[in-house]
Amino acid sequence: MKEAQVIAARPYETRPLAARIRGQALRMVTRAKASHIGSALSIADIMAVLYGRALRVHPGAPRHPERDRFILSKGHACVAVYAALAETGFIDPALLETYGTDGSMLMAHISHKVPGAEFSTGALGHGLPFGTGKALAARRRGQAWRTVVLTSDGEWGEGSNWEAALFAAHHGLDNLICILDYNKLQSLQTVDETLRLEPLHSKFEAFGWAVREVDGHDHAALTAALEGAPWVNGKPMMLICHTTKGKGVSFMENKVEWHYRNPTPELLEAALAEIEGVNGHA
Amino acid sequence: MAMRDAFIDELTTLAATHDNIALIVGDLGYNVIEPFADQFPDRFINAGVAEQNMTGLAAGMASEGYHVFTYSIANFPTFRCAEQIRNDVDHHRLPVTVVAVGGGVSYGALGYSHHAVQDYALMRAMPNMTIAAPGDPLETRACLRWLIDNPGPSYLRLGKAGEPRFHDSIPDIAPGRWVKVRDGSDASVLLSTGAALGAAVARAEGRAVWSLPLWSMAAKADQPAQIARHGRITTLEDHLADGGFGSWLTESVAGTPAAACIQPIALSAEICDLVASQSALNRIGGLAA
Repeated sequence: MKEAQVIAARPYETRPLAARIRGQALRMVTRAKASHIGSALSIADIMAVLYGRALRVHPGAPRHPERDRFILSKGHACVAVYAALAETGFIDPALLETYGTDGSMLMAHISHKVPGAEFSTGALGHGLPFGTGKALAARRRGQAWRTVVLTSDGEWGEGSNWEAALFAAHHGLDNLICILDYNKLQSLQTVDETLRLEPLHSKFEAFGWAVREVDGHDHAALTAALEGAPWVNGKPMMLICHTTKGKGVSFMENKVEWHYRNPTPELLEAALAEIEGVNGHA
Repeated sequence: MAMRDAFIDELTTLAATHDNIALIVGDLGYNVIEPFADQFPDRFINAGVAEQNMTGLAAGMASEGYHVFTYSIANFPTFRCAEQIRNDVDHHRLPVTVVAVGGGVSYGALGYSHHAVQDYALMRAMPNMTIAAPGDPLETRACLRWLIDNPGPSYLRLGKAGEPRFHDSIPDIAPGRWVKVRDGSDASVLLSTGAALGAAVARAEGRAVWSLPLWSMAAKADQPAQIARHGRITTLEDHLADGGFGSWLTESVAGTPAAACIQPIALSAEICDLVASQSALNRIGGLAA
């Protein structure tokens, strides 16, 4: 496959793509009676912008050497990635129906055995060190592809992330983008109540990163930030995305319980009606 | 040349013909790693005192075609970053070799923090991991050559300094295969792994001495046939008995009469509270006479 095919502009309108990702994610967790729907809805817009246009990847060559590498460090939000991969041609959408069933390829934390997924996670604080290694490999070999790591906010309690933050800045890895899904809600309480991260912007700047903050549901802002990389020569990028956990389903938004609960068939219908309403206005 | 120097000498030699070999150190290796660092600066990294990142980083580089060696002392490259080894390296079957210098109680009076006496227990619980525990400098070279030819998740456990040579030439090794070190009675034999080889030779008393420098979960299946050739097998290791090498060998024949033929000798946990030299700890711990 030629590089041109990999970096070609993606054909997707990102807002309807985000709605389809939300719909698929909701159906998967409902069928599987699985958790973490709030975390998946939080990143659905980010996934749509990444797979719809910002990432230089191609479903026909999921292991193309020149592809951008995307790593989901918050592995529990995997349904958003599986949905994005299905909606952009990396995997058969029928595969989503196996989610949570015995023998399925789709582990309930992101699995590297799925075409298009680079790395299995589930334990937090693993994606950024791994992605930093990939970025360093590209740098040392003079290759142009980028590494994008998506972390949660709560996982910045892990020391391994701060180790990687020091390393990436020390080595000037401006081919590394970390997206921080800042929905401000952890597994029991808010981030502020759990282990305060603020002041986050200046903290990452002090670590030597180029830092931007956007509304993580604003597709134009996400696109501009991701397509404008690198922002500063010689600095890794931290894109702090202000998001809403459970975004798009009014009764799930900002509710800790939707870190764990799965919808009843009636609630699924109500949720899909809200999502499809959004889609209709896109 | 001791194990540690044989390691860096062999790695540097191999790196000249394998351009994917990289070495990441955790701010350790003064007066050891310089030959590699000087000759291959593009493939050498000091990751600082940050072992979790060092190991995740190594896995990331390995996923892009490097064979990465992470290097530090005793438990720092293993227990400190055990989950990175388990999830990032072993589960993804990536070519990362974790190198610990100071296996067993090589660091003697530096104390418990520097004693690697539970590392086999940790590493042998990982399904894709090959443990390389050479018994002398020549086994160290043989292990490195095997690891480079068979890239995958692996753990190389080195002594520190001053290990004697027990082989005349670099032995031919493979996972699970016992290597004859001293002739003697084959009815009752000694089998050691790692730097316990010296203790095994010293305690031979006419028995044949074997070394097993490469072993793994998968290589357990090869053990019953080798065990069956001997009436009595005494295993030796500079590691606690729990979860160690003798346990591994015994598990390979668990539930059969052969299990009763194996007598493990390992370090007593009493050494965990003592300050003493390596030789004194090995003696007090029951490994060395």
